[in-house]
Amino acid sequence: MRPSGLAILAFATLVAVGPARATDSTVKIGACLSLTGPAALYGTQQKAGILAAIDEVNRGGGLPGVKLEAVIEDDGSTKEQGIAVYQRLIGRDRVSAIIGPTLSNTATAVDPLAQAARVPVVAISNTAPRGITDIGNYIFRVSLTEGQVIPAALKRAQARLHFGTAGVLYGNDDAFTQAGFGVMKGALEAMGVRIVGTQTFAKPDRDYNAQLTALIALKPDILVVSALVENAAGIVTQARQLGWQGPILGGNGFNSAALVRNAGPAAEGVLVGTSWNRASPDPANQAFLKLMAARGVEPDQFCAQAYTGVLVVARAIAGSGGKGGREDIRAGLSKVKDLDTPLGRFSFLENRDGSHEPALQEVRDGRFQIAP
Amino acid sequence: MGQQVVNGLFLGSIYALFALGYTLVFGVLDILNLAHAAVFMLASFVALVLVSDLHLHVLVALPCTMAFAGLLGLLLERVAFRPLRSRSDSNIAGLISSLAAATVLEAVALEVFGPNVARFPLGTLPAEDAAQQLHLLGALVSRLQITIIGVAVILFLALTFLVQRTRLGREVRAVAESPRAARVLGVNVDRAIAASFFISSALGGAAGVLYGLAFNSISPDMGRSVELKGLAVIIVGGMGSMPGAVLAGFALGLTEVFVVAHLGGSWRDAISFAGLFLILVLRPHGLLGAISPREA
Repeated sequence: MRPSGLAILAFATLVAVGPARATDSTVKIGACLSLTGPAALYGTQQKAGILAAIDEVNRGGGLPGVKLEAVIEDDGSTKEQGIAVYQRLIGRDRVSAIIGPTLSNTATAVDPLAQAARVPVVAISNTAPRGITDIGNYIFRVSLTEGQVIPAALKRAQARLHFGTAGVLYGNDDAFTQAGFGVMKGALEAMGVRIVGTQTFAKPDRDYNAQLTALIALKPDILVVSALVENAAGIVTQARQLGWQGPILGGNGFNSAALVRNAGPAAEGVLVGTSWNRASPDPANQAFLKLMAARGVEPDQFCAQAYTGVLVVARAIAGSGGKGGREDIRAGLSKVKDLDTPLGRFSFLENRDGSHEPALQEVRDGRFQIAP
Repeated sequence: MGQQVVNGLFLGSIYALFALGYTLVFGVLDILNLAHAAVFMLASFVALVLVSDLHLHVLVALPCTMAFAGLLGLLLERVAFRPLRSRSDSNIAGLISSLAAATVLEAVALEVFGPNVARFPLGTLPAEDAAQQLHLLGALVSRLQITIIGVAVILFLALTFLVQRTRLGREVRAVAESPRAARVLGVNVDRAIAASFFISSALGGAAGVLYGLAFNSISPDMGRSVELKGLAVIIVGGMGSMPGAVLAGFALGLTEVFVVAHLGGSWRDAISFAGLFLILVLRPHGLLGAISPREA
């Protein structure tokens, strides 16, 4: 199909009247996202968040004299394609900074390339406690780790439910769920909650009746579960079938709309920590919600984190006097402190991990809602 | 305690049903049909399609799926086993050829249904809360569990009747005893073997549907979770012994549940298979294996 004359005319007019400032320098920001494959659900939200933030920064004039340009590429949810994307972004597109990749697993393979090429990376959804920011001094992360979200979620849950004993169930054949268990155990002990029983399962398991029956028989006040979403839906369903009516609190693996979809009514009342408090009345969050609504996107945590990732890069450029080189951005990132974002007041810690206040959400009426 | 027994019987009924089909073909042909787990998996997907796309009731979809699985069994017999039967080393050749069939079927499922876990739509079985469930000696038994254990028991009884009381059953048993003698006595050996494949695969298919319903999780690799366990069950029960397979299926289900509850999930398979080893040492023919293995 050839473009019609009218369309070309319209485009030309648009370009002519656009806010073109001759002095603007363009800073290219690469993004390596999982837009296809199993993590596509996350990547699509991230893409929407990045594009919205870049438009917002360019339009709002937050960076005078600088125009941000996004180069978004798909890693297909695989390490291999992620490596190719990083090589293109670093070598061919010569981007000043990279946002992503979507999956922690991919990050462990691709971030060393950026570190070696001295290109700053802002991770927006990697939550593995180790192996991301400790790759090197060019790797930063906006997303909170399990070690930050779970203790905060447990504290908020206890303030509401006043539990004194807990039964713990976790997957012991997966690095992510095992690490989540370590965090849960430490946090429960620190809070003075007695762990009355601990049970394990493996990723391929589909039957958790034996573990759940044993835990329920010990009559804990709460069930605390570290599992990936596939297992999580089965665990929640079977716990309810076994007559468990008490609260269930899950790790980050529960933080997915698929949990509600797959477990249905059994998921009601499930508690999960989250990095983004959708209901926060902060002006930065309200503005973000309004912006996304205007763009026709129903944002989730991944969208808010991606949006914040761009704000953080913009602040870094501003912090280094409007210069958008790779070294400038790296230097600027390490100085980001108390930035108002949809996630709350955001700062980088000494180890380049992000820091802000996490929240607790609960499944109510078939969807995640922020728990008061 | 009571609840764990229910959990064990529930799991055991599926193992037993799966192993019954496995052991039936072994009893007749002396061949392990490794494609049995693939039939189990495909049947689960077929039931899912019948229920979610054609909106059939589960208890209607079950016999339809069993018929499909049976026909798949006939096809397997025709393609993977019959051409090899006349060869001198047909046991090993059949084993390998069934492995090939399993791989092909799994690849087909992967292509058609994708690698993700599929689920029966919510409401396939009527939702129920704890108050509606049956309380039995301190244990909660859901309608799902009753249905699954019930269907399994009905199928055990039907199979026993078929094998012990019908002409077809007598022919199958005669072929199991000695194909040559059966042929001399006028039994249509090919027909008896085909029939045992049909029945075996239909049972494997039923186990697949029940497994899919029980844990509501269907994926192209789900056969692997029962493949080795089915093998363990038929060895413990006595190769070719049908009551042995049922007994050992329930025993494995109960053992797994109690190991998980008291020693932890990591020990489940280790203890179960250590038990298998012990039984092999103490009772080489299995719990109910009366016939001595034929000399190679």
